[in-house]
Amino acid sequence: MSASARIIALHLGLLVLLFALQFILPAYHHGNLARIMVLATYAVGYNILFGYTGLLSLGHALFFAAGMYGMGLTIQHMGFTPAPALIVGILAGALVSGALALLALRTVGVSFMIVTLMFAQAGYLTVLYFGEYTRGDEGFVIQQAQRILWGIDLSDATNRYFAAWALFSVSFIVSLWLVRSPFGRTLVAIRENEERVRMLGYDTYRHKLAAMVISGTISAAAGAFYGLLFGYAGASFASVQYSIFPLLWVLLGGAGTVLGPFVGTLFMFYLIDLSSGVTSAYLLIAGLALVLLTLFAPQGLVGEIRRRIWKDLP
Amino acid sequence: MEFGPHLLLATLEGAVTAAVLALTAVGLSLVFGVMRVVNIAHGEFYMLGAVIAWYVAHMMGGHPALGFFAALVLAPLLVGAIAVLADITILKRLDYDPERTIVATIGLLYIIQQLTLMTYGPEARPVEAPFNTRIALPWFEWGEDGFQFYYPWGLSTTSYKLAVIGAAAAVLLGVWAMMARTKIGLLMRATQADRDMALAFGIPVERVYALVFGIGAALAALGAVLIVPIQQAHYLMGADPLLLAFIVVIIGGLGSLPGTVLAALFIGLSDGIISVFFSPTLAKILATLLVGLVLVWRPQGLFGTRTA
Amino acid sequence: MTLLSTRGLSKSFDGLQAVTNVDFDLPQGEVRALIGPNGAGKTTLVGMICGRIEPTSGRVQFDGQEITSLPAHARIMRGMAYTFQITSVFARLPVTENVALAARRRLTGRAVDQAVEDALARVGLTDEAHEEAGNLSYGHQRLLEIAMGLAQSPRLLILDEPTQGLSEGEIDDFKALIRELAGDTTILLIEHNMNVVMETADQVSVLNFGEILAEGTPQEIHKNDAVQAAYLGTG
Repeated sequence: MSASARIIALHLGLLVLLFALQFILPAYHHGNLARIMVLATYAVGYNILFGYTGLLSLGHALFFAAGMYGMGLTIQHMGFTPAPALIVGILAGALVSGALALLALRTVGVSFMIVTLMFAQAGYLTVLYFGEYTRGDEGFVIQQAQRILWGIDLSDATNRYFAAWALFSVSFIVSLWLVRSPFGRTLVAIRENEERVRMLGYDTYRHKLAAMVISGTISAAAGAFYGLLFGYAGASFASVQYSIFPLLWVLLGGAGTVLGPFVGTLFMFYLIDLSSGVTSAYLLIAGLALVLLTLFAPQGLVGEIRRRIWKDLP
Repeated sequence: MEFGPHLLLATLEGAVTAAVLALTAVGLSLVFGVMRVVNIAHGEFYMLGAVIAWYVAHMMGGHPALGFFAALVLAPLLVGAIAVLADITILKRLDYDPERTIVATIGLLYIIQQLTLMTYGPEARPVEAPFNTRIALPWFEWGEDGFQFYYPWGLSTTSYKLAVIGAAAAVLLGVWAMMARTKIGLLMRATQADRDMALAFGIPVERVYALVFGIGAALAALGAVLIVPIQQAHYLMGADPLLLAFIVVIIGGLGSLPGTVLAALFIGLSDGIISVFFSPTLAKILATLLVGLVLVWRPQGLFGTRTA
Repeated sequence: MTLLSTRGLSKSFDGLQAVTNVDFDLPQGEVRALIGPNGAGKTTLVGMICGRIEPTSGRVQFDGQEITSLPAHARIMRGMAYTFQITSVFARLPVTENVALAARRRLTGRAVDQAVEDALARVGLTDEAHEEAGNLSYGHQRLLEIAMGLAQSPRLLILDEPTQGLSEGEIDDFKALIRELAGDTTILLIEHNMNVVMETADQVSVLNFGEILAEGTPQEIHKNDAVQAAYLGTG
């Protein structure tokens, strides 16, 4: 098998495995995995900007929430059905990420991080401010009757698993294709040395802009599906914490690897799940993981595998 | 209450906010200025200051002033020590890389916050003020008999609030004197100006960094001890001061101390005044947008000057 | 035909005049060396030509068209290539990917692989093709820079001190390479090694204190008293 074929086999293998798992997993883990796949989609989106383009955003909750509320509010207040509502959510994410990119890409490094943090915080506060529609921190439930997509009841566990799997598969394949394409390779080069890329004749600003919109749109899709599949939209999904989570998942799994976001989300989810039996302060685990990863394993799990074993893993 | 007295009250409340905010923000600014580290855990040092103040006051017993003044000394010292420890064990090992330190201090934020939740608990607890005399404030009007003073109902402050303003001003003067007049201040400024040059001249840069990180955290803790008789100690209380301190430091010009104090006054007063007349959420939305836009369009801050 | 010309090009940094009023013309197909003492403004001048540095005043024309207001990447797309003075390869990417990034700007698919192979062969890095660029020796990294320039197949190739840090043998290969390119590609060569200048350049421009001090053939420049004074007196 050629190197390229082995890489594709490995990645498609994961999708096949995830599809098959639904038939054997007990209900509890079955539900967890559906949730993990949607959250991993969020991490996949985050990874395109952070892992491959080298831009560390602290404001992705803005995009996740744009998707969630774009979907949720149109269903709740305008009587949309799920399909157009999802489209509204995804478009909202594309729009918001494009607008933020136009502003934030004027800055670099630490300023970029703080600008994204500030605008996301403004977004979170806006959700609270319009509490009349969003119901603020309390959030609102999307009723079972409103969650039927093309006759499929998404509140049913099996359907939900399948929808989460489909969403994750699409984002995963897009991500794999993207980073192996000339465009994705240029993003990696921008991460490594932007000035040099510019002097090879690339408009690096446009590349970064596109990367941020793609990243934001995938994040918004994750947010929209999360709200629809689990029937709830709340302000906490727009808070700083939800900007930190994808960073954490991607760091743990391995920034700049296609498999990393899923691996990181899976591990962190179960780490927190297991620790919640011991303590209510589950975020302690997140904090410790962030510090330890930064100190001792900045490459993440899949990053280490790439460094030690499989050098041309994308 | 009429508009005039209302405004005076808002200004006084704003001045208290501004005083505490100035302390917190100067701490953040000092750390950024000298170390080029953006400390996301700064709000948690603030929170720790308040929580430790409660523990100290709780254990001292006796007259409330006794516990309060003990806390005023102990809390900043303890928090400063914790910060120095964090610097040595985490930041130093990351070689103060700007992006990685941000991620690490985010981690530190959760660690401190959650450990506090596990030990101190989710309750909000008050610390009694050492003195707290209500001071009614006069207002004036043009009546039939011409200009006259009167005391509108509800227009008052307390001796403690005025003391907070005074204490913050004194501490800020102290920080300024330390930076401008002492040897350690000179070392800090030299390190800020050029780290490599400072190293070449034999300045123990790593120790200066540890000290600066400690002082920055201690200033936040001090601000929290001052505020805790007015607000209450709670494990989530660090978020707002962090955000406001960020706003202040960025608007004041990153790393500029006079700019930071000026911006703290501006933000503290306007936050107090805007919050009285508008929704506090709306005020915060506008403030965060302002910070984002300042960073995009005028990264040297509103009060700073551009340096090459 | 003139490929590149500048008129009144000046740059000052915080009041310090780095380049003053430079009128510079480079005919198509010529190999031009740009020499001058350290700090004479050579890198600033080519920086303004390829768009890395914004001029304080003056104009740049390329191929008969005004490009003064174009950003760097747009100038590159019109046929310039710039190799960095301080090696600036993508250290964590393979050698092939470094060159492919340069080639992909004008080619797609299989043609990219071919261009990469050609460029690496021309600078003699075929054996190192699959190394990580950061693992190459310094001299090899300089050659990789040149290969990236070649893969762009530029009309104007700007080489900023390409032989710095190369061994004697590598310098000989470099000279041969320039002679091979001469005619097809217009080359602007910033160079300290006078031996290289004498053997490869058609014409030489001397920059001193940000101004053009002299222009002429290598032999003329070699004999020029003002140039000698600039190098020996202040250099």
